Amino acid sequence: MKRSVTFALFFVGIALYCLVPFLWFVLTSLKSSAELTAIPPKLIPSFHWGFYQSALEKYGLLHYIVNSVIVAGLATLITIVIGSLAAYAMTRFQLAWTHVYLLILLAISMFPQIATAGPVWSILDRLNWLNTYQGLVAAYIALSLPLAIWILTTFFREVPREIEEAALIDGCSRFQSLYKVILPLAAPGILTAALLVFIYAWNEFFFALIIMTDPTVQTLPVGIALFPGEYTMPWGEIAAASTVATVPLIVLTLIFQRGIVRGLCAGAVKG
Amino acid sequence: MKGTDRAAVLFLLPSFIFVGVFSLFPIFESFRMSFYQLILTLPWLGQKMVGWQNYVDLAEDPVAIESLLTTLVFVGVTIPLELLFGLGIALVLNEAFHGRGLLRAVVLIPWAIPTVVSSQMWRFIFNDRYGLINFIFFGGDVSRYLAPLADPHLALIAIMAAEIWKTTPFAALILLAGLQGIPDDLYEAASVDGATAWQKFRHVTSPLLKPALLLALLFRTIDSLRVFDLVFVMTQGGPADTTNVLQFYGYKKTFAEGMVGYGSAIAVAVFLMSLVFSLAYLRFLNPSRQEA
Repeated sequence: MKRSVTFALFFVGIALYCLVPFLWFVLTSLKSSAELTAIPPKLIPSFHWGFYQSALEKYGLLHYIVNSVIVAGLATLITIVIGSLAAYAMTRFQLAWTHVYLLILLAISMFPQIATAGPVWSILDRLNWLNTYQGLVAAYIALSLPLAIWILTTFFREVPREIEEAALIDGCSRFQSLYKVILPLAAPGILTAALLVFIYAWNEFFFALIIMTDPTVQTLPVGIALFPGEYTMPWGEIAAASTVATVPLIVLTLIFQRGIVRGLCAGAVKG
Repeated sequence: MKGTDRAAVLFLLPSFIFVGVFSLFPIFESFRMSFYQLILTLPWLGQKMVGWQNYVDLAEDPVAIESLLTTLVFVGVTIPLELLFGLGIALVLNEAFHGRGLLRAVVLIPWAIPTVVSSQMWRFIFNDRYGLINFIFFGGDVSRYLAPLADPHLALIAIMAAEIWKTTPFAALILLAGLQGIPDDLYEAASVDGATAWQKFRHVTSPLLKPALLLALLFRTIDSLRVFDLVFVMTQGGPADTTNVLQFYGYKKTFAEGMVGYGSAIAVAVFLMSLVFSLAYLRFLNPSRQEA
């Protein structure tokens, strides 16, 4: 039984490592102002919702949430459509240069954000797309396409060729065969890719920071990073906004963890 | 061009457009701009070709040199620790025990948290008055409380701790995938031969884990060379530039000071570092090369 005790210890240790820091922040968001500044810190808060109310009313939290949902939602939708078309072409047509394109995509994702940020800013400036949803969405589509195409090609390859050939013989066009045959069969893969793109777009900060300088269109990460207050930080409100920004992601991650782990490994291991 | 090729290009075209306009063109543009002088705050100077001047300036800029060293320290400290902790977690998750699925889900949590959120979270944990770290070390003795993020000796350590916490799960998952790819009969054969647990790790696990290790190393290094969010939120590069990593310095030069040419040279430098690290890993760790 020594083994099971060792594993119980490891289990608790790893779980505490992963959970405690964030849990502490969540508990902070549920404190009252007096509890927040108490020394020694109060472990269990009085489940006060004041910081959430103030984050919503004084700091416009709802606004940031709406912006994030729009930007991350649109970016995910368009990336998956474009990525599926590309992945279909790369797995179903015998192309000599499929590998070249995959390698170019991989190389692009190696570049630091700062290497594309300046020119992307200039392009969006010329299109008058700075401080617009479409500007940030366009940047996110380009940034997440490499990951999406890598994952989608991995999953599309697993759909047997014979099934599609039957559909083509029955008179389906290439496009029909993509959305009537491949998409339903590769649905778990598409869901995985969509989740990873959504999480990426929801969390992205660098491009959001430089493209969205107008607070009315800023996304949650920008709002949370630029929370006003130089000397006395509104920690309760920051913790409340952070909890709101994070809990949906954690729920998604826990529900779809198998797919996410597989997608991360497909994206990485195939590289 | 054959008919199928033409159809394929139609399917690929939307992705070509986005990748071309918003990724490939900007990358080439950054390389080009690194040979020009362009200062947005001094528009009357125009855009002037200056050859290697930006790179010469970069090599002589003491802030840039310090920033380079800070970035190298950051990568050199965080990556080995992430991989070590990640390997530990992966080895535990690779064993069969009750609640393994639950633990694997829990491990994903730090990965899923937005970096900006984890940055604010760690900034609060390191806070000089209400921070958990101060309370753990000094209890209620407020007079001894430290301000790690305002201390030139501690700020980088605090940021590295936050980075390690957040990125260890990714390393763990890649290594776990590698561990699961090792056939069980190899361990059984080793057991039959009377190998100890350490011998099995040394002679079965570690050689076969090399490809996964190489991948984790590559992805994590490339990512950690471009660390930005943590620095922006926790210290803004301070105190006294001690956490001013390269991508943050490039951001400041380009977007705060409008020095587009110089900022581009910094961007190219960060990219070249990624390239050098990647090639070095492939050279020294690639299993297929070693067999040859």
